[in-house]
Amino acid sequence: MPVRLYLNSVGKSFTMHLQGGTVIPVVENVEFSVDAGECVVLGGPSGAGKSSILKMIYGNYRCDQGQILVTVGDEIINVADAEPRQVLRLRDNTIGYVSQFLRTIPRVSAEEVVAEPLVAQGTSEAEGLDTARSLLSRLNVPERLWKLPPATFSGGEQQRVNIARGFIAHYPILLLDEPTASLDAANRAVVVRLVEEKKAKGVAMVGILHDEDVRQEIADRVIDVTSFSADVAA
Amino acid sequence: MNVFQADDPLLQVHNVTRYYGDRIGCTDVSFDLWPGEVLAIVGESGSGKTTLLNCLSTRLAPTAGAIEYRMRDGSMRNLYQLSEAERRLLMRTDWGFVHQNAADGLRMNVSAGANVGERLMAVGDRHYGKIRETADDWLGRVEIASDRIDDNPRSFSGGMRQRLQIARNLVTHPRLVFMDEPTGGLDVSVQARLLDLLRRLVADLGLSVVIVTHDLAVARLLSHRIMVMRHGRVIEAGLTDQVLDDPREPYTQLLVSSILQV
Repeated sequence: MPVRLYLNSVGKSFTMHLQGGTVIPVVENVEFSVDAGECVVLGGPSGAGKSSILKMIYGNYRCDQGQILVTVGDEIINVADAEPRQVLRLRDNTIGYVSQFLRTIPRVSAEEVVAEPLVAQGTSEAEGLDTARSLLSRLNVPERLWKLPPATFSGGEQQRVNIARGFIAHYPILLLDEPTASLDAANRAVVVRLVEEKKAKGVAMVGILHDEDVRQEIADRVIDVTSFSADVAA
Repeated sequence: MNVFQADDPLLQVHNVTRYYGDRIGCTDVSFDLWPGEVLAIVGESGSGKTTLLNCLSTRLAPTAGAIEYRMRDGSMRNLYQLSEAERRLLMRTDWGFVHQNAADGLRMNVSAGANVGERLMAVGDRHYGKIRETADDWLGRVEIASDRIDDNPRSFSGGMRQRLQIARNLVTHPRLVFMDEPTGGLDVSVQARLLDLLRRLVADLGLSVVIVTHDLAVARLLSHRIMVMRHGRVIEAGLTDQVLDDPREPYTQLLVSSILQV
């Protein structure tokens, strides 16, 4: 299968200017690639830099060293030095991010929140909303909530709205940031199915999954992030 | 948002500098703005963000530097080399300017409908019925009830006045809108409604926006890109969520860490 994503000598540290310029090393020499249809899980204790790696791939954190190469059609784009508008275009059409935390927007209903990424890719609003409703239903979000803004939903309901939003559109690369954390068994199983469907469509995935059972079911490969630890060298 | 496909910038800003006597208003600011892009300029009072906005919108001539704008015919023109008539036409038709204080952008002695209709007449519309119909449609889009069309904005609340100002600006389908603290001075619930409205209109109309705000939450919700200003200079710029989630400069880290968590 073709390589979709390649991280080459990626390194990252934070300089905390408000704490006297303390430098916190995060990772160094991160090197791995992900093929189409493959799900790679980042392993290691919390604080090892798993989230930072995902956020760098998404362009949410800056990448200090190395390259993050993404295949887009015949083109290869380096996220680490891409222009903001290139990163935004990647997020519209190439890289999706499924996280646990929903950033709610006042007055936008749950089904609209979910449909938005699909509509942004050019699907009609009506079809987008249809797909959104079927995903919300699969994730057991009660129908009476679909037309309401999620700001007042419970934590678990917001999380499932966000999962639906993360899975609805087609992205060749999908980043999973603990999508199953604190879900019940039934909804965990739904997420596992959604991941399998994406795999079958050739989506390359990088995930952080603490749940051992889910990891066993969907991971093709586990990469131990502690081997990229920057502390060792520091 | 496929507006980013466009390859040519709408606005190109080169080393814009404005002095007030010996004092720096803003200095050496350069950036490009593409069609459909929302750029937030953030920083505290006195950082030069309003000076920059006024230079960009030809309300204040820069001491040095150049600002080029892509006209509807595709040509790139230096704004400060346009004739006065060309510049006024641009401001009346192709641009909008949303002031923090709605009274600065509205005519307070004429009706809501006339406030919206006036911009249409400025671009040559003469048919009264059509102008009124368009004005009514735009009042609806900014959630002002039809039966208020003949009322004077003095009788409107702050939030309504701000929405009316937005309708007045957008009725001519501008390509570029400048906004100066558009949610400043409004109650939080009124702010949320206005922000949601702005977010939708900007996306639906594919507007390019330069918005000055000191409120990072507003910048996060509305903008694609952010420029942080301090002492008249741009000290950090980039993708909005990257600058806010992974701020690099000491001052940006201070700004981000100063937000109260709700």
